[in-house]
Amino acid sequence: MFDKILIANRGEIACRISRTCRHLGIRTVAVYSEPDRQALHVQACDEAWPIGPAPARESYLNAERILEVARRSGAQAIHPGYGFLSENADFAQACADAGIVFIGPPPEAIRTMGSKSAAKAIMERAGVPLVPGDHGEEQSVAHLARVAQEIGYPVLIKASAGGGGKGMRRVDHPGDFSAALEAARRESAAAFGDDRVLIEKYLIQPRHVEVQVFADTHGHVVHLFERDCSVQRRHQKVIEEAPAPGLDAVQRRQLGETAVAAARAIGYVGAGTVEFIMDGRGAFYFMEMNTRLQVEHPVTEMITGLDLVAWQLQVACGEPLPRNQEGIGFTGHAFEARIYAEDPDRDFLPATGVIRHLRTPEASPHVRIDTGVGEGDEISVHYDPMIAKLVVWDQDRERALNRLRHALRAFIVVGTTTNVDFLARVAVHPDFRGARIDTGFIEAHRDALCPRPGTLGSAPVAAAALHELLRVEQDSRDQAQRSGDPFSPWHATHGWQLNGDGYRALHFMDPSRDRELQVEVHGRGEEYRLTWEGGTHRTRGELQGDGHLHLQLDGIHLDAWVLEDGPRLTVVLDTETHTLVRHDPLAAGMDDEVKDGTLVAPMPGMVVTVHVAPGDRVEEGDPLMVLEAMKMEYVIHAFAPGEVEAVYYGEGDQVAEGATLLALHTEEAQ
Amino acid sequence: MSVIKTKINPRSEAFEANRAAMGELVADLRQRVARVRQGGSEKARERHLSRGKLLPRERIRVLLDPGSPFLEIGQLAALGLYEDQVPSAGVIAGIGRVCGRECMVVANDATVKGGTYYPMTVKKHLRAQEIARQNRLPCIYLVDSGGANLPTQDEVFPDRDHFGRIFYNQAVMSSEGIPQIAVVMGSCTAGGAYMPAMADESIIVREQGTIFLAGPPLVKAATGEVVSAEELGGADVHSRVSGVTDHYALNDAHALGLARRCVSHLNGRKRVELDLQPPRPPLYDPQELGGIIPRDSRKPFDVREIIARIVDASELDEFKALYGTTLVCGFARIHGYPVGIVANNGVLFSESALKGAHFVELCSQRGIPLVFLQNITGFMVGRKYESGGIAKDGAKMVTAVACARVPKLTVLIGGSFGAGNYGMCGRAYSPRFLWMWPNARISVMGGEQAAGVMAQVRRDTLERQGKTWSGVEEEAFKAPIREQYEHQGHPYYATARLWDDGVIDPAQTRMVLALGLSASLNAPVEDTRFGVFRM
Repeated sequence: MFDKILIANRGEIACRISRTCRHLGIRTVAVYSEPDRQALHVQACDEAWPIGPAPARESYLNAERILEVARRSGAQAIHPGYGFLSENADFAQACADAGIVFIGPPPEAIRTMGSKSAAKAIMERAGVPLVPGDHGEEQSVAHLARVAQEIGYPVLIKASAGGGGKGMRRVDHPGDFSAALEAARRESAAAFGDDRVLIEKYLIQPRHVEVQVFADTHGHVVHLFERDCSVQRRHQKVIEEAPAPGLDAVQRRQLGETAVAAARAIGYVGAGTVEFIMDGRGAFYFMEMNTRLQVEHPVTEMITGLDLVAWQLQVACGEPLPRNQEGIGFTGHAFEARIYAEDPDRDFLPATGVIRHLRTPEASPHVRIDTGVGEGDEISVHYDPMIAKLVVWDQDRERALNRLRHALRAFIVVGTTTNVDFLARVAVHPDFRGARIDTGFIEAHRDALCPRPGTLGSAPVAAAALHELLRVEQDSRDQAQRSGDPFSPWHATHGWQLNGDGYRALHFMDPSRDRELQVEVHGRGEEYRLTWEGGTHRTRGELQGDGHLHLQLDGIHLDAWVLEDGPRLTVVLDTETHTLVRHDPLAAGMDDEVKDGTLVAPMPGMVVTVHVAPGDRVEEGDPLMVLEAMKMEYVIHAFAPGEVEAVYYGEGDQVAEGATLLALHTEEAQ
Repeated sequence: MSVIKTKINPRSEAFEANRAAMGELVADLRQRVARVRQGGSEKARERHLSRGKLLPRERIRVLLDPGSPFLEIGQLAALGLYEDQVPSAGVIAGIGRVCGRECMVVANDATVKGGTYYPMTVKKHLRAQEIARQNRLPCIYLVDSGGANLPTQDEVFPDRDHFGRIFYNQAVMSSEGIPQIAVVMGSCTAGGAYMPAMADESIIVREQGTIFLAGPPLVKAATGEVVSAEELGGADVHSRVSGVTDHYALNDAHALGLARRCVSHLNGRKRVELDLQPPRPPLYDPQELGGIIPRDSRKPFDVREIIARIVDASELDEFKALYGTTLVCGFARIHGYPVGIVANNGVLFSESALKGAHFVELCSQRGIPLVFLQNITGFMVGRKYESGGIAKDGAKMVTAVACARVPKLTVLIGGSFGAGNYGMCGRAYSPRFLWMWPNARISVMGGEQAAGVMAQVRRDTLERQGKTWSGVEEEAFKAPIREQYEHQGHPYYATARLWDDGVIDPAQTRMVLALGLSASLNAPVEDTRFGVFRM
C-alpha cells in the first residue's frame, strides 16, 4: 500500500479521500489555491502545498505544478477526486511518465470514454444497447440535421467531449435545430475546447440509472449495483438513491452484467460508472461511462458497506479487488441530497457568499454529511457551489426518505441562498415518495417544488424586530457608557415624544415576497408591542452571543437565530429560514445614486460574448452580452430601446455580482 | 436620603374625582396635540408627498437617531390664532439626538401656509434658537418655507425679535462655536435665503430645494429676465456654480443622511461635571399625579406628593424644613442628575422668600441645577407683612433667581400669579425651559381677585358720585372680568403665544425635566455673581 499520496482536489471530496487515507495509515498531501489557504481540505491533510491563484486553470487544473508538488513532497500516487484533472488522459499519462501512480483508469480508457462517439462505437461492438442516434465523426450541419430527421424529434444534441450537461440541448422542432446546434457548439468549445457534437433520440420521461463498476489490474471486473439519479435540474443531479427503485432482480442483474461488459470492453481499471438511460418500459441504453469516482458514490457505500476510496487505493497499488461479485451484496436504501449554493427560484442560478452559519444534522450510522466548507468559508465564483452532500440510509426506501426529510430540516446554511428548502420539498413530494420519477421530474413539478412564498408568519418578523431593538439598545448602552453623560435620558431608544405615545418604526424588506414591512414598536425592554399589518404581538427576549435569540412571542417561548450580514437578517426558526432586509431610509437615500441606463451582472461570472459595441442602436429585449457562471449561460438583454453608451467588459473578463456591464442611453432619457 | 412618605389614598373618592378631572384635561391636550401633528390640510400633505418630499415630522424622525426621544418645543404654538389655521405655528422645533448629540431641530412645515413665517412662527423659531444658544445645542434647520408671511409683515419684519433676528442668531451662535447646519428641502426665498447662506454647512435637495433672494416672478418684474426656479436657485446652481450650498442631495432621505454626516464631524463631546448616579424611578406612580391636584384650584395640597412622583426614588433632603414652610426647598435627583427643588406649598411669606433666596444661592454655589414647581397665588399682603419688609425679602428671592447661572427649569403645576411668578422663575427670569400643566393658570392675579379689585375701584367711584350699585350689577360687572382672566390665563392661551415651551401631561413631567436637564448640561455650568441683596 502507498505510504503517501497527493489529493489533487479540494472541497468535500478531498476531505473524504483524506479520511479513508487516515484510516489506512496513508499520509496525505493537499494542494490549494490562494483563496483556499484556510479551507477544510487543507486542514484535513497532513501537509498542504500552494499551487496558484483562484482560477482553476491556474491551480487545480495546473497539471505541471501538481506533479511538481507530488515529486517534491514524495507522494507516490495522485488521487484526482472528481472534476478537475480526474478525467484528463494527458494528466494520467503525465503521472505515469513521472513515475507517479494516477489513482484512476489507464489513460487510454479515459481517452476512449472521453469521446462519446468513440465510446459508443466500442459499446456497440461489445453488444451494449445504445440509444438510436449518430455517433460518427461527420459534423456538418446538414448531416446532423438529417440524422435528427431520421431518428425523429425530439432529439438531444450533446458535446462529444463533454459531460455534466454542458453543451447539451434538447430540440423538439426541426426549425430550432440549427440555433440549438450553434449554442451547443459554443458551450462545448468553451468548456472542452472541442466543438464536436453528437445527436441522439430524446427519450420521453427517461430515468437516469447508473452502475458502479470496479476493475483491477488482474482482469477482475465487478459491479456494486446501481444508483438512480433521475432527479436533475439543468441536466445536473441533485438527489440520488441506491438501489434504483422499482427494478426486479432480473433487471438489476442485466444492468450489472451489461455495465461489467462495458468496462471489460475498454480494459477498464479502477472505479467507474456506466450511465444508462432507461425508458418507461425498463429498457436501458448506454449513455456514457465516467472514468472516476462519482459525486454520488456514498449512496453505494451506504448500501454495500464498502469504502470505494479504499478500493481505489488497493486497485491502484496493484492489489486484486477485495471481493468477487458473489461477495458483494446490498442492504437497505440510501439517498444523497446535494446541498448547493444556488437559487431554485431563479432557475437554480448559482449563488455565492460567505457561510456565516452552518448547522448540520448530527452524523450517525443513518446520516452522513460530506462537506468541505465550514463557517467563514466563501462559496466563490471559481469553484463548484456545492456546500455539502447529505447522505442517509435506512432499511427501506420509505424509512430512508423520512430520514432525509428530517435531516434536511436540520440543515441550516446562512450567508448564501441554498437549495435546502427545495430539496425538502422534493423529499415530501408524493411522486417522489411513490418513486414516480424521471429526469423531467423537477420541470414537471416546478410549481410545487418552487412555490410562490406564502404569507410570512409572525415569528420571523418578531424575531427580526426584536433582534434589531435589542441590538440598538445594546449599542445605546455601550455608547452611554463611553459618553460623558452615562445616565442621560437621551440614550433612550423607544422614541419618546411629548404628549403622545412614543414609538419607533422598523422597516424591513421581505425579498422573497418583494414587500415592504413596517413594524411599529411601542414599549421598551421589559415588553415590546409590535404592530404590523393590523396585528399586534407582545414580545420580549434576550440576545445571546452569535445571534442566538431566546424570545417570548405572545407568551410562547421560542429559540431563534438571527444572523446579520450587512442589512440582511437571516432568521432561523426551528425548521424554517427567512430573510428580511433591514431598510434604512438613510442608507437607501445614500444608495440612490443614478443607476438608470446601466445593466448589472445578476451573478458573478465570466463574459463569454459581447453582442454590441458603443454607439449601437438596440431594441428592447435585444441580447447585449452573455455571461457564463458555473455551468450556465446568462444573457443580458436591453431593458428598453436606445443606444449603447459604453461596454465595460470584454469577452473573457471576470465580473462580480452587481458589476455594471454596459451603459445604455434609453430613448426616454433622451 | 429621606424618602417622602405619601399620605395619598388612591382609593379615596376625592382622589378618583381629581384623577378623572385631570384625565379629561390630559385627553383634551393629547387630542389637540394629535391634531396639530397632522400638520396642514390633507390636500396640502398629499401634494407635498406627491412631490417625493417627506412630511416634516417624518424628516425629523429620519434625521434623529433611531428611537431618539424628541423634546418638542411650542407644540401648540399659534393654537387658536390666525383662525386656527397654523398648527404648531407652521414650524416644528425640538431637541433630539443626532449621532449621539442633542441637537435643536427646526423644521418648516410647508403643508401649513407654504411654511411662511407668521408672528408666532418667528417667535417660535427665535425661542428654539434661544434654547440652542443657552444650552449650546447644534442647530439643524430643515428649511422648506416661503419666507415671511406678507399680510402680517409689520409683525414679522421690522422689530428686534422679528425675522432678521434668526440670521443674527445664526451668526452669533456660529461665532460662539454652536454649529449651524441648514438643509434646504424646499423654497428658501428672499430673507429665507440667508438660512442656508448663514449656516456653517448647508445641504440642498435636487429638484426640491431652491435658494434665491428674488424668485422668478420678481426677477421678471424687475429685469424682464425669464428664468425657472431650478435654473435660478436650484441644487445644481448652488452646489456647482454659486457655492451657496456645500452638499448636493438626491432626495430628502439623502439630505438627512448628509446632515447626520455633518453632525458626525462636529467633534464635540458633552462633559457633565455633576455628581451623577444611576437613575432610580420614583417609588410612587407618576400616573397618580392627576389624583393629587385638587379639581378646585383653591384647595391646598402638599407639594411633596408631587415631588415624590418626579424625583429619583422619591427621595428629598429638605433644607430648612421647619422654617418658611410655605416654600419647600430640598436636594433630590432627577434621572441621576442632582437638582435643587424649589416648590410652593402655600402663599409666600418673608421667611419663605428668605429661605428660597438662601437655597438658590446654595445651589448656584455648588453648580446644582434648579427645578421650580410653581403653584403660587403671590406674596402675602397686608400691613403686617408690608411693614415686615416682604417687598425687600421678595426682592432678595427675585434677585437670587434672576442672577443664578445654573440651569433653571420651571414647571407651572398650579397657579402662577403676580410677583410669585417672578420669585419662582417665571418666563421673564430666563429659565432654560418652562412648561405648564394643563390645570395651571397664569395671570397678573387670579380672576376672582382681579374682578374684586376692579369692582372695588368701580364701587368707590360710584359711591363718590352718590350712586348706588346693586349686588346684581356688581356681579354683572365682575363676570366678564373673571371670564377674561380665565380665558387669558388658560394654558392653551399661554402656550399659543409661547409664554411657555409647552403644556405637558403631568405624568411625563419627570421625563420632560430629565431631558431638559440633560440638554441644558451641554453648556458648562457657569459661576454666578449675584446682584445687591437689599438687607
